[in-house]
Amino acid sequence: MSGGLRTQVGQLARRSVLRTMRQPAQIVPSLIFPLFLLAVNSGGLKSATNLPGFPTDSYLTFALAVPFMQGALFSVMNTGTDLARDIETGFLNRLALTPLRGAALLSGLLAGAVVLGVVQAGVYLSVGLIAGAELAAGFGGALVIVALSVSITVAFGTIGLFVALRSGSGEAVQGLFPVFFVFLFLSAMSLPLDLLETDWFHAIASANPVTYLLEAFRSLLIEGWNIGDLALGFGIAAVILAIGMFGASRALKTRLVRT
Amino acid sequence: MSTDVGEQAGIEVEGLVREFKNGPRAVDGIDLRVAPGEIYGFLGPNGAGKSTTVLMLTTLLPPTAGTARVAGFDIASEGPKVRGAIGAALQEAALDPLLTGSEHMRLQTALHGLAKAERVERGRELLTRVGLSEAADRKVGGYSGGMKRRLDLALALVHRPRILFLDEPTTGLDIQSRTALWDEVAGLASEDGVTVFLTTQYLEEADALANRVGIIDHGHIVAEGTPAELKAEIGRPTVEAVPRDPADQERVQRALQPFGERCGATHRGGASVLLAGGESQLADVVRALDAEGIAIEQLQLHAPSLDDVFLAKTGRSLEGAGDEAAEADSEEMEVVQA
Repeated sequence: MSGGLRTQVGQLARRSVLRTMRQPAQIVPSLIFPLFLLAVNSGGLKSATNLPGFPTDSYLTFALAVPFMQGALFSVMNTGTDLARDIETGFLNRLALTPLRGAALLSGLLAGAVVLGVVQAGVYLSVGLIAGAELAAGFGGALVIVALSVSITVAFGTIGLFVALRSGSGEAVQGLFPVFFVFLFLSAMSLPLDLLETDWFHAIASANPVTYLLEAFRSLLIEGWNIGDLALGFGIAAVILAIGMFGASRALKTRLVRT
Repeated sequence: MSTDVGEQAGIEVEGLVREFKNGPRAVDGIDLRVAPGEIYGFLGPNGAGKSTTVLMLTTLLPPTAGTARVAGFDIASEGPKVRGAIGAALQEAALDPLLTGSEHMRLQTALHGLAKAERVERGRELLTRVGLSEAADRKVGGYSGGMKRRLDLALALVHRPRILFLDEPTTGLDIQSRTALWDEVAGLASEDGVTVFLTTQYLEEADALANRVGIIDHGHIVAEGTPAELKAEIGRPTVEAVPRDPADQERVQRALQPFGERCGATHRGGASVLLAGGESQLADVVRALDAEGIAIEQLQLHAPSLDDVFLAKTGRSLEGAGDEAAEADSEEMEVVQA
């Protein structure tokens, strides 16, 4: 990375992090809402652990994977909404008048998502462990969980950037939230994939990448080190990141029509 | 940073056109020249094509046809060089409410490639220049409209541009803030030799600041020259009479009718007429009103203004034209954003 590009990424990353830290209204719901759902689900679905083949006797441990995914969904909203606001207010035009490179803009904007991802992962994991969840992979596993959480948060963040650049509207970005939630509910969120007996639901959950992201977290929480599940989880995050970045870069070129 | 070419050249525009999908030509073949160090006022109502012209000249919107050179560089093929030579404060101060003034300066200086050691110094110098040093560490969300505009101006100057584009820089500001900004802009041109391209819908702003004025309406430049030249074209003064009894407004209008052209009601409840025979007719006007038995509250002789020029060239008053074109303008800007 050249010095100029490094400076641009660094400065935009700084702005993105400052913006994130100065908007408690962005951070707090993304911490509280998933933990609230975790408390409700782990209390209400406790008896699911009695099902033959359920991988653990602690539903809390099983369900702890879900907040990481919900946190990533908040990242889509926050990253996309911030960029949409920049477009709406003309701040993007201000940036466009500088020798700013597109790659620097996108990378810088995602820096806020990285910070949010680290904070979210740390809080979810800490609260989960305090509440009695297990972490089979130990301290090293905790670090990998944070890394996976950040990867997914950033990957999903690129989708927020893409929609913001295509639409230029914060409302359009907000409209993604229910769509992503449907993806989450149509995954192995509440039960392991093998225990989903309804054919159509099993088929959809099997094809839904969110299932494998959840399984990557669960492998560390329940089993210990399952390289196959982890590789699949990180691989899916990388593919989403690549697709999201490609789409966002194309959309940025269309949005910034500067000559 | 500006280059040698940029230092010798101003703005040259020939046949510039911008057409939007399913819409009229927002800018319809304009020609203009702005000399280095000159303040050029681009005057027109909302929707006239001012902002579209600025977006094209600042390389943020490709022209449909025509050519323009800014600081000696072609806006279509040498965009990065143009951007290196210009500064711009576009319509509505585009600032981040969550960042402080200093943080804005830090970001802008870094993105413009200033050396690390120079960034803090340049930021401090510009914030002091625009009178924001005390508010430098406050979040911009708490700034007044005038402070935001001044910060906007400071941000446009970080890389020492030779040409500055200001798109309606004082819209929505109180008179004190407006005057402070005028002083700053005038100083930039007179002390630093910066060429200023200023769009405005305020006649007094163009009159007070601009060395030359271009009047744009429906995408066409309808008049161009120094404010004095343009007013001299009109040449004749306007007399306005306001009756003591507002019910007499029509009678006043009828009494003034024979003295010249463009006789009409005024927003103050009176009537005005462009005197065909100049100010020597004033005595005759008084006698005519007296003969009609109309009690007059105020009688004023107005020297020609830029509004008279606009009226003469377009048949409409600038203020009225703004209201009329507001809808067209919002449609135009939607297309720009799309």
